[in-house]
Amino acid sequence: MSDERTELGSDEAPDQGHDPSRRRLLALAGGAVAATLMPGVTLFARTLSIGSGKTPVRFGLLVDTTKCTQGCNACVSACQDYNGLSKDPGPDNAQWIRKVTITDPHTGFTRSFPVMCQHCAEATCVDVCPTGASFRRPDGIVLVDKHRCIGCRYCIMACPYKARSFVGRVIKDQKPWAPRGKGTAEGCTMCVERVANGKVPACVAACNDKGEKAMTFGNLHDPKSEIAKSLARFSTTTIRADLGLRPGVHYRGI
Amino acid sequence: MATMQYREIPGRSIAYWTALFACALLSVAGVAVGLYMRAEGHHVTGMNNQIVWGIEHVFAVFLIIAASGALNVASIASVFGQTVYKPLSRLSGLLAIALLVGGLWDLVLDLGRPGHVLDAIIYGNFLSIFAWNMYLYAGFLVITGFYLWFMMERRLNHYSHAMGVTAFLWRLTLTTGTGSIFGFLVSRSAYDTALLAPMFIIMSFAFGLATFLLILIGGFRALGRPLGDLIRGRLKRLLTVFVAAVLYFVVVYNLTNLYMPGQRAFEGFLLLHGGVFTTLFWVGQILIGGVLPLVLLLGKKGGTSRTLVIASAAVLIGGLAQVYIFIIGAQAYPQQLFPGMIVHSSFYDGVVNSYTPGWPETTLAISGVGLVGLIVLLGVRIFPFLPESLADQVTQAHAQNATAPHTNAITSP
Repeated sequence: MSDERTELGSDEAPDQGHDPSRRRLLALAGGAVAATLMPGVTLFARTLSIGSGKTPVRFGLLVDTTKCTQGCNACVSACQDYNGLSKDPGPDNAQWIRKVTITDPHTGFTRSFPVMCQHCAEATCVDVCPTGASFRRPDGIVLVDKHRCIGCRYCIMACPYKARSFVGRVIKDQKPWAPRGKGTAEGCTMCVERVANGKVPACVAACNDKGEKAMTFGNLHDPKSEIAKSLARFSTTTIRADLGLRPGVHYRGI
Repeated sequence: MATMQYREIPGRSIAYWTALFACALLSVAGVAVGLYMRAEGHHVTGMNNQIVWGIEHVFAVFLIIAASGALNVASIASVFGQTVYKPLSRLSGLLAIALLVGGLWDLVLDLGRPGHVLDAIIYGNFLSIFAWNMYLYAGFLVITGFYLWFMMERRLNHYSHAMGVTAFLWRLTLTTGTGSIFGFLVSRSAYDTALLAPMFIIMSFAFGLATFLLILIGGFRALGRPLGDLIRGRLKRLLTVFVAAVLYFVVVYNLTNLYMPGQRAFEGFLLLHGGVFTTLFWVGQILIGGVLPLVLLLGKKGGTSRTLVIASAAVLIGGLAQVYIFIIGAQAYPQQLFPGMIVHSSFYDGVVNSYTPGWPETTLAISGVGLVGLIVLLGVRIFPFLPESLADQVTQAHAQNATAPHTNAITSP
């Protein structure tokens, strides 16, 4: 047995029997394959690490529906004013945030609360976008790159939250911080430029000022943040949690 | 040795030039409307932020589905060795290309920013089935183009089988991709099922063959070329099986939904109280698109040209109704953000949305069909796509010749 092993080993060991050019070719081919696959493998690994691990920052919202009152529309108005959206509720106008009222037909239980882009970790709009125009920032905010959007509206078809809209007309008097391109998709930006300047989104600010302080904004991944503490303390849920999209917007009381 | 003779059509008649001009006009109208929608925005159409995909998407998806199905006739000949279909292969390939181009025409000209369509290839997001479809469509055109070339160039005939197999596998993938555009969506009650991929494949078989039959019978009649019982009988049997299979899938799809309590409200909308969609389902899809063709095809006169034309037209009308319900109806039915709850909002949550196709997108939708006609009319005028005769004795002799060893070449005059 040992002889056999030695023999096999001795057959493979000597270098003299191999053609150096063939070895070079193999090395080159191996190098080429590695060079080709490397970026993809790295990207894949990065995606996995982002998907499974916790990034330092993930911005999110907590809406306490027990505080939100049916008649109050402060968050919606603030969004419209700040982002230059039309106040006309026509079917072709965008509503980045809207007040939704739900009623249980069997018990009569009713709640009214705002719904906007849920800034999902597994955002369907990002997955389905053919050009990658729908994208998710490392801090969890989901946006549309207007330069890359071709206006196919597949993201609108794919979003389970009715959170995306299509700009179907020429928009005048746009706000410099909220550019809106005719022929492209759009949705709540979580007031990304306000957040970048250390402020809370316009809807949250309005709810704090004029409303019932029902909305909390913050870093979901910072255990010391108010939102993370509230999420740890209270029972909350996300809309259509069954879909597994891991939204960044949480709700209490529904 | 019996060989099949192919010849370009003369294309000198007033009828030919009228049809060509009408199709060209429709195609140009599509471009004009596309530019108009681009300049003004989609608010000039009947679409809005509740119904974002309209009648042009119905036609686009229908044409794309029919494209892959139209290639089936060629596949049956080259992949499954049914040599009697071989004389139809060239028309099958031409029609497949024309239908796909027509469908893409509708799709691209409808985009919010059609000039940026290549971004989908340049920046392709491979998680998107839509992006995958761009490659599948482009590949289909290239492969079918080569397939046609290999079929029509005698020296390359022996490669046509391999190319036919490639085209067949590609077309199955393509239709799987088209079905998955909807099947992968968790957002709407009508979608989110793996059943859609095979269902789209069988729909493509029926819609593609029905379109092929209309062109074949109409074309041969206009040209005064003979079309025998043998070919008609075979195609009739195929169409019967395909129409029955579509009905089978429709039954399974709806039964599955009915069995799931959470989906019953959607089924109620579709089958009972969905207004125009319920009417379209029962009258358009089931009665005209399924029952009528089956009754006609299984009847005593099932194989006559007249019956085949009526049955094929019925399949197409029913197919359009089916895709209309599938795309528009699915958007009209409210999205289920809070299943089991009564939902109200200023953004039409919980509301059945209505849609009336506007003239711009309707023109665009029809322009895709015009482009299909234009490509086919020019194709058969320039290249020898059509056999001179499909009389029984010619097809029989050709089929025997093709199955005999070393004599499977199809030659052009």
